[in-house]
Amino acid sequence: MFHSKYVLPLVAMAGLTLGTPARAEGTVEVLHWWTSGGEAKAVGELKKSFEATGGTWIDSPIAGGGGDAAMTALRARVVAGNPPTAVQLKGPGIQEWAQQGALNDVQAVAEAEGWDAVLPPALAGIMKYEGQYVAAPVNIHRVDWIWANPEALAKAGVEAMPTTWEEFNAAADKLQAAGIVPLAHGGQPWQDATVFEDVVLGVGGAEFFRKALVELDQDALTSDTMVAAFDQLRKMRGYVDPNFSGRDWNLATAMVMRGEAGFQIMGDWAKGEFLAAGKVPGKDFLCAPTPGNGFVLNSDSFTFFKVEGDENLTGQKVLASLIMSPDFQKTFNLAKGSIPARTDVPLDDFDDCAKRSHADLVKAIESDALVPSMAHEMAVPRSVRGEFLDLVTEFFNSDMSSQDAVEKLAAAVKRAM
Amino acid sequence: MQRAVFLKSLRQGVERRLPLIVVSPLFALSLFFVYGFIAWTAYISLTKSGVMPVYTFDGLAQYERLWATPRWYVALKNLFIFSSLFIGISMAIGILLAILLDQRIRIEGMIRTIYLYPMALSFIVTGTVWKWILNPGLGIERLMRQAGFENFTFDWLVNSDFAIYTVVIAAVWQSSGYAMALFLAGLRSVDDEILKAAAIDGAGPWLVYSGIVLPMLRPVFLSTVIILAHLAIKSFDLVVALTGGGPGYATDMPATFMYAFAFQRSELGVAAASAVMMLMTVSAIIVPYLYSELRGTRK
Amino acid sequence: MRRRRTSGIVRPSGPGAVMLRGLLFAVLALFCLYYLVPLFVMVATSLKSLEEIRAGSFLSLPREITFDAWGKAWNAACVGVRCDGLEPYVWNSVLMTVPAVAISTILGALNGYALTKWRFPGADIIFALILFGAFIPFQVILLPMARTLGQLGLAGSVPGLILVHTVYGLAFTTLFFRNFFIGVSDGILQAAKVDGAGFFGIFFGIVLPMSLPAIVVTVIWQFTQIWNDFLFGVAFTVGDSNPVTVALNNVVNTSTGVKEYNVDMAAAIIAGLPTLLVYVVAGAYFVRGLSAGAVKG
Repeated sequence: MFHSKYVLPLVAMAGLTLGTPARAEGTVEVLHWWTSGGEAKAVGELKKSFEATGGTWIDSPIAGGGGDAAMTALRARVVAGNPPTAVQLKGPGIQEWAQQGALNDVQAVAEAEGWDAVLPPALAGIMKYEGQYVAAPVNIHRVDWIWANPEALAKAGVEAMPTTWEEFNAAADKLQAAGIVPLAHGGQPWQDATVFEDVVLGVGGAEFFRKALVELDQDALTSDTMVAAFDQLRKMRGYVDPNFSGRDWNLATAMVMRGEAGFQIMGDWAKGEFLAAGKVPGKDFLCAPTPGNGFVLNSDSFTFFKVEGDENLTGQKVLASLIMSPDFQKTFNLAKGSIPARTDVPLDDFDDCAKRSHADLVKAIESDALVPSMAHEMAVPRSVRGEFLDLVTEFFNSDMSSQDAVEKLAAAVKRAM
Repeated sequence: MQRAVFLKSLRQGVERRLPLIVVSPLFALSLFFVYGFIAWTAYISLTKSGVMPVYTFDGLAQYERLWATPRWYVALKNLFIFSSLFIGISMAIGILLAILLDQRIRIEGMIRTIYLYPMALSFIVTGTVWKWILNPGLGIERLMRQAGFENFTFDWLVNSDFAIYTVVIAAVWQSSGYAMALFLAGLRSVDDEILKAAAIDGAGPWLVYSGIVLPMLRPVFLSTVIILAHLAIKSFDLVVALTGGGPGYATDMPATFMYAFAFQRSELGVAAASAVMMLMTVSAIIVPYLYSELRGTRK
Repeated sequence: MRRRRTSGIVRPSGPGAVMLRGLLFAVLALFCLYYLVPLFVMVATSLKSLEEIRAGSFLSLPREITFDAWGKAWNAACVGVRCDGLEPYVWNSVLMTVPAVAISTILGALNGYALTKWRFPGADIIFALILFGAFIPFQVILLPMARTLGQLGLAGSVPGLILVHTVYGLAFTTLFFRNFFIGVSDGILQAAKVDGAGFFGIFFGIVLPMSLPAIVVTVIWQFTQIWNDFLFGVAFTVGDSNPVTVALNNVVNTSTGVKEYNVDMAAAIIAGLPTLLVYVVAGAYFVRGLSAGAVKG
């Protein structure tokens, strides 16, 4: 689809903009877990671009569990002393590995290409360790989206996408009455947590979200607002079909596509699945932000590990430059459903959902309503995130009261800090 | 002359110690790769290790953390429920099938293979199928409802209180055939003369088996329990493939708990502490077994 | 194999006996069903088209048999961005499994032989310490093992993986051979010793040829364990040298929006075929080998 149209300019670009001359024989080994539809296609674009510069791409995909298996392999490889060249790794995780001295910086490339000028400052901060770039972002994902099937909504008499959780509940009741599953959901801890954090944003607003889920303020965690958020989550549990347990997110997306379900609450990677199936936004499916007027930020990045040898170091630099090139950011994000991490890439070829995402992002930065995602490892260390996931998922799968949930959550977070 | 005598005595010396010389390197490997690594893990459990191992001593903090984590109790409870049911049911089915198969069945070879084959497949392979069969929307429940039983419910897989039993069903499926093979082998090695004598004395089949044959199979029981217990403690693939530890963490086991903390959460210290607890459990089972095993062979 | 005449709960004649015999077969058949249903589902699904899978019950026979899914799983299914199917990974697994099984079996035989037939002080304790290694959960040793492999320069290589499997297989292979050799009478060996045969002379000349049953049991056990291993494969190999279980995981967890269940199942069967074959072909020797000593205490 994108083959020759984009590869040629990329070859020229890689030769021109790289500080050091692009040597054709660079090698990269890339550890990632993008093996599903839109994602596999997106990473395929990166591979194609890299090989077009004459380099060798060794693919190390390890599927499963949102990267858990891949993280196991990564740890074993770093301990063994043969880390991959680049790893799909993000958020505070980057800092954790950097503190272990396990990363290489790509500051030379970043300076030559002026990354500082084109990345949102909040995101650039995450990519740097002690002022040096150690990772390159490929995209900006928005987590707080509701996806919907317009036919299913029409059948149930739902006229507009909900803008508050009350409206959402009303619409869900109508869907349920019409015999359609109101909420397509997969019962995996990270999916439960995704819904949870979107609910927190809608119930408490961006300021509360930041206090509770980023700064881990005990007062916020035990507040009535938090109790209200759990109440809403309990309500959502009733809108899920009985077989949700363990279902993968893309299968939940397929339920919306087929009209078996009305809504799905999921980040904009879900759009990649819609697009890969040939669906048209606005016609075959609808997108709207979840309530709360915020923007829950998630960003994928490739982190550069400490490899040795000219061959690998060259590959690492070429890859860094390639990831940040405007053309790649465009092709990649068209395939994956997200928007470019670079703010200076024109969005003309993007769909309406992506344009909406970009506009809201700019607005959220201005109004200080941009928050990092807890569920997607942008906000808190993995240990704390793990406690959140355990609690939320237990709440979702039991009849725990909201009051109990709040107390247990606060205690668990304290323990993990 | 002197030299020849010396060489001869050297050769004899080496020859005499050859068994020890052969075993030593293998034993050394074992010492290093098993006990060295256990010691390493035990030490890590006393440090603040997070993303990567660190070696500064930190006392028992990780153990306090571990025992304050509700999920750990769920894992322990599950291990207890799972192990006792899994070992008990597998043994019962194993004995039953072994006795039945020992009745001069003409197609024994084929049936035996059918009972045994699940052991050959990894749960990475069969997990998906079991997920389908046990899933209420796809498997048994749907089948029964289509057959006219509208109210038939079998939703253990997605029910927090019962999900652990689905893990037992799949685990028994995999391992009971192996238990059958062990018992069948045991039955085959019982001396015919004893049975003949019992038959002449007029003992019925029930009495022959419960009173004479099964007590003679005591060593087989022991081997089988050990092999099944080792499978139960190590059960990891099974849980990951079937339930992923869910719903929630209702089917978490110590092995999956440890894995989650070490590799998903970057809490190596807590993971190491749980590993030490696991190893202590294992020793509690194995050490008495080894003791009786070795005492038995000495006599 | 010895065959008994007098045992059995079923008397050879009479109407009651026929009834009992019928009941016996009914129970045996019922269990056959329990064990076979998952395999049936796998095979049936792999032979269906995707439309048929979506429309019908997973327990039904395929209306139209198609081998497309098998072809795709073998050499066209996507594992990440590569779409070469499982074929290259099957060969990786073979390259790793065969040497690891052979080495660990031979070493286990030597160990068992030395520990039982040349009893020396401390032999029992050494055996007990080796055996305990069988029960160590593999997640525990992942990181120290990675470190050791790195220092040996074997990280991410097939020889490294062979080493890992050999070391952790040793406990079980030693156990099987020791239990077998304990049942072998010392008479022949004493005679050979008197005739001047040495440690290795007796091992290769007398012991090894007679231990076929134990070898069968050990090889089956080791082959199954090593071929089916996922954890070591995922941690200690890199991309192209992944064993088939890791590739299978990538195929099954790869979902292009539409899950290709028939390809998943075909891939699963391909990955499990070698071990299945071993059980079917060597299954008869397996029970015989077990009864020849490997289960005796």
